[in-house]
Amino acid sequence: MDAALRDAGLSDVIEDIEIRLLLEALNLRYHYDFRNYAQASIRRRLKQARQRLGMPTFSALQEALLHDKAMLPQLLGYLTVQVSEMFRDPSYFRAIREKVVPVLRTYPSLRIWIAGCSGGEELYSLVILFREEGLEERTIFYATDISQEALETASRGIYALDRIKGFTENHRLSGGKSSLSDYYTTGYGGAVFDKSLRDRVVFSDHSLVTDAVFAEMQLISCRNVLIYFNRELQNRAIGLFRDSLVRGGFLGLGSKENLRFSAHADGFANFVRDEKIYQRREG
Amino acid sequence: MSGAPPRIVVIGASAGAIQALSVILPELPADFPVPIIIVVHVPTDRSNILAPLFETRCRMTVREAEDKEQALPGVIYFAPPDYHLLVESDATLSLSTDEPVLYSRPSIDVLFESAADSFGDAVSAVILTGASADGARGLKAICEAGGVAMIEEPETAQADTMPLAAAAACPEARILTLEAIADYLMKDIAA
Repeated sequence: MDAALRDAGLSDVIEDIEIRLLLEALNLRYHYDFRNYAQASIRRRLKQARQRLGMPTFSALQEALLHDKAMLPQLLGYLTVQVSEMFRDPSYFRAIREKVVPVLRTYPSLRIWIAGCSGGEELYSLVILFREEGLEERTIFYATDISQEALETASRGIYALDRIKGFTENHRLSGGKSSLSDYYTTGYGGAVFDKSLRDRVVFSDHSLVTDAVFAEMQLISCRNVLIYFNRELQNRAIGLFRDSLVRGGFLGLGSKENLRFSAHADGFANFVRDEKIYQRREG
Repeated sequence: MSGAPPRIVVIGASAGAIQALSVILPELPADFPVPIIIVVHVPTDRSNILAPLFETRCRMTVREAEDKEQALPGVIYFAPPDYHLLVESDATLSLSTDEPVLYSRPSIDVLFESAADSFGDAVSAVILTGASADGARGLKAICEAGGVAMIEEPETAQADTMPLAAAAACPEARILTLEAIADYLMKDIAA
């Protein structure tokens, strides 16, 4: 191996150490625990953060983080940024509407948990769907995220106008029974979703990594959040979901996520296999 | 060629991908000794045609990648539409819905950079035909980590933008015809 190659190998080793130390610092100082996130993605996001924050090394970023509280929200912004759409994967929402809603109708009151709600796209999709199906009045929606910034974005419900065309098409393909334009007005350079959509919503700071179970839910929707976790952390989150669901309650995951690698897979049955909608087993 | 014995092969392609991959992939034996992970730019409408298409033409097993799946020798994995695909140092696969890179999700850069980070010089990487600059940064990362970088001959590629961008970013990469790339994989890795 020539010297340049050896150096390349060494700098990778050093960078790995720096990243581990940075994540330890973030956990010890601020109790945000990213240590069991899927490594490749977290490394990529940290590299972006380091570049955009103008830090020469991860060690420099760590120092800034430890001594300057204002660095925390900035770094979290990079680590938790999520890009979703309303009614992303319309067939998922169609399956909720056609297969899950008929079961939910049998409950006098409903609790729904949107875990990792990010900017709120999935939340508003479900609230609109429940309103169309006449279930909104008996439902409380819990929208949780670890990022305060994400919760604020979600509770504003304002989306860039150039995204609305895609949302509208998705909504139609999901079997929407109304027009998406019924739910927003345009202004402030964006589409402002009606605040009545938030009448039944509780926003809350909750971590799937460190926090405990939520109240008895009939449906948990958590899409494209688990892909950012390693297997161990996925396992914890899925155990948390099982324990937060009523018997016979539903868990909806992202279209490329699955329970295959989880120790809790036995606790669930496939309900709509292609859409990754699972049902908690009885007993 | 330089580099450690590869533990993984990564391939990126865009416009003209199916024809180019059809020259390479069917040549490879069922017991190809390392996993092959491929990003092809496809429309984001979630329909996956690539895995079923190549399954019928290849001796290797062909699949669409699933999150946290262990990448195995003898298997070709395609990134699912509208997700980035990354490889971890234990050779498990991770998906992400991070923002598109150069308008693409999946992105070749994202896969290649993760392969360079996770496997260092034990990566063989191939950039094929395409009408975008995606893959250039990723191939550069592979070169810098000491892996083997190959680029489809721009003159015979269906779209030369991607090979040219990759060659500019990574001058030490080998420029090869599709047949020569298949030959390398057969002789230097499968043999």
